[in-house]
Amino acid sequence: MLSRTADHLYWMARYTERAENTARMLDVAVQTSMLPQSPADAESGWRAMLSISELEEAFEAKYDVLDARNVLEFMISDPGNSSSIVSCIRGARENARAVRGVLTTEVWETNNATWLEMQRRVDKVALDGDPSEFFEWVKYRSHLSRGVTVGTMLTDEAMYFLRLGTFLERADNTARILDIKYHEAEQAAAGEVLNQRDFYYWAALLRSVSGFEIYRKVYRDAITPARVAELLMLRADMPRSLLACMEQVVANLKSVRNDVSVDTERMAGKIHAQLQFARIDDILEAGLDDTLSAFLENIYELGNRISRDFLVPLAA
Amino acid sequence: MANFFDEMMSGDAGTVREHYREFDNWLKRQSPERIARKRAEADLAFRRVGITFAVYGDDAGTERLIPFDTIPRIIPAHEWGALEAGLVQRVKALNMFVHDIYHDQNIIKAGIIPAEQIYKNAQYRPEMQGINVASDIYAHIAGVDIVRAGAGEFYVLEDNLRVPSGVSYMLEDRKMMMRLFPELFAKHRVAPVEHYPDMLLENLRSVAPTGVNDPTVVVMTPGMYNSAYFEHAFLAQQMGVELVEGKDLFVSQNHVYMRTIRGPQRIDVIYRRIDDDFLDPLAFRSDSSLGVPGLLSVYRAGRVTLANAIGTGVADDKSIYPFVPDMIRFYLSEQPLLNNVPTWQCRKPEDLAYTLAHLSELVVKEVHGAGGYGMLIGPASSKQQIEDFRQRLIARPDGYIAQPTLALSACPTYVENGIAPRHIDLRPFVLSGKTISLVPGGLTRVALQEGSLVVNSSQGGGTKDTWILEE
Repeated sequence: MLSRTADHLYWMARYTERAENTARMLDVAVQTSMLPQSPADAESGWRAMLSISELEEAFEAKYDVLDARNVLEFMISDPGNSSSIVSCIRGARENARAVRGVLTTEVWETNNATWLEMQRRVDKVALDGDPSEFFEWVKYRSHLSRGVTVGTMLTDEAMYFLRLGTFLERADNTARILDIKYHEAEQAAAGEVLNQRDFYYWAALLRSVSGFEIYRKVYRDAITPARVAELLMLRADMPRSLLACMEQVVANLKSVRNDVSVDTERMAGKIHAQLQFARIDDILEAGLDDTLSAFLENIYELGNRISRDFLVPLAA
Repeated sequence: MANFFDEMMSGDAGTVREHYREFDNWLKRQSPERIARKRAEADLAFRRVGITFAVYGDDAGTERLIPFDTIPRIIPAHEWGALEAGLVQRVKALNMFVHDIYHDQNIIKAGIIPAEQIYKNAQYRPEMQGINVASDIYAHIAGVDIVRAGAGEFYVLEDNLRVPSGVSYMLEDRKMMMRLFPELFAKHRVAPVEHYPDMLLENLRSVAPTGVNDPTVVVMTPGMYNSAYFEHAFLAQQMGVELVEGKDLFVSQNHVYMRTIRGPQRIDVIYRRIDDDFLDPLAFRSDSSLGVPGLLSVYRAGRVTLANAIGTGVADDKSIYPFVPDMIRFYLSEQPLLNNVPTWQCRKPEDLAYTLAHLSELVVKEVHGAGGYGMLIGPASSKQQIEDFRQRLIARPDGYIAQPTLALSACPTYVENGIAPRHIDLRPFVLSGKTISLVPGGLTRVALQEGSLVVNSSQGGGTKDTWILEE
């Protein structure tokens, strides 16, 4: 397979996943903004939304007021913001178009239809002022894209690079979601049962990763930040956890192994092993914030290595 | 212009021609609602599938649908048989002509074509002189434009021997018709065209460099913003080969390689959908970022096949077109089976004089133009337009040819107020390798504006499915 083809597939999957996770994060921000809170708290909630994606500066260059309306506009429909949902969906579609011959007809048509439908949906959000339905739609289109990929494509290199993109992006996004919420609720002691207000924070976070019901099922107990962190980091059976994502990254990297990728595989294996054998108490003691920051840096470096080994190799 | 040939109705009092009778019976039984629904369905499907083309000059990345008309253009088998024989003959002679030009130039020595017509032609590539290509084939894929005039006789309008496009629409139009109206295919014996990609792949493999047993074939595209990108991707997918851009390829040790996730892989045959000028920045346009540095030297060494070959433009240029019947007589010792449109070569003083005196009746074309740009259609132009064109013609007569305005045949077509005749042409795709072959049919383009003779998709033309009815 051409390196450029693999590159487009990888980014197509990353953008699709990023659109979905951005929708999930924004949805949770909209939900929690409806809780009774001071204007200062409300603003810091929206600011957190921007810092999660490292977009505060870009936002402030463009807007004077940091409020729900502006943040939502910036994160949903601003074509100048390369992380907005609109930009991600366009990115996914443009990458798909560049390799449409490698995709099955169903996969291509699903991505193209999402892109064609997007503008109408975005206009409707502006009209109604309620983005919830739009977020649902983005999530479902992402589910559909993944499902039609798994359901129709040959399990070959094309699929492995799609999966690599999906899980690397998801690992990154889950770590960010957890990181930001931990900041917000840092007053609450990690091990204690939450007061009512904090409960809503953590419940919203769990919902944003489709983890609320899973939490109940796994722990059958009250929500504590420590258990939430454990669920999203260390549970192999939680499909959006860091460990589950890294398992997939390791497996797919192994499937595309080439002459130069051994160090990249080793790095992925190490990140995976650190999660696999970690205990949440140790992580919390060492500082969750530092652990997540280190994880994000590792993921970033891993992405660079994958690019160098497979996607944009130096001239032979 | 009223005296055009109607493909469906014969002149005398609206009798339906034999080969359209069954279709006409079917059409009469269809409710307007069903047809409207089916047409909307086709539109939606084309958009969802992304069968679009980019329009130059608009915002980058703008994509448009080529309008698809659901009334097929039907050709009976005996007419197709004659066309096919003529096309094979013509393309055979054209390939021999390009080979001759880049070798012994016997046709010039015999005094049939003036030497300056070749050497002054911008499409002549001195780099090709004396170079041998596999099987002596230059135009592996030819898209020959054919029109039908007043009395129903066929003419060749243009031989496209560089990078002719449109074959994907031929295939997609057929797929769409079968999806929309399967019952029609039960009633008609329509010759299939779906095997074109297989034929193309077989043809490309057959012209691999000597000594290569299992050649690696690729399709080379200028990229996703090219107007024909859909077709490039489509053909690569249908043939099961890689779709590459220039930046995916590199030259090393006198071979061409592509960059893959497993390291470099050698390639042997490049079906390139990119003009000569952009192929190799070291040899042609140095500002081209679409090409592969060093490609020409590998090509000249016979280590890679380019389809089509470099320098085929010398044979499909409008200034060479008038000589094609002579080529057929010269190389094959046969009489041409297909007509050429009578052509005045404005470089000749007497032809220029005639052209200037009859501008309002003639079609005047730029010798190197394509895509329906830069031409004058006398009968459809205002006095002012004609006078403006006259000045350009006088300033540079050797840049133009003139032809009578053919009354292109018309085919019933859906228009705003129902069905009306619209002018059409036909582009069959002729494949040359060890043999010369073509699938029965081609792309029928239709000028959707009433009275318009310009069928190019860049000028608002549409397409129709083309049926060759087996007997």
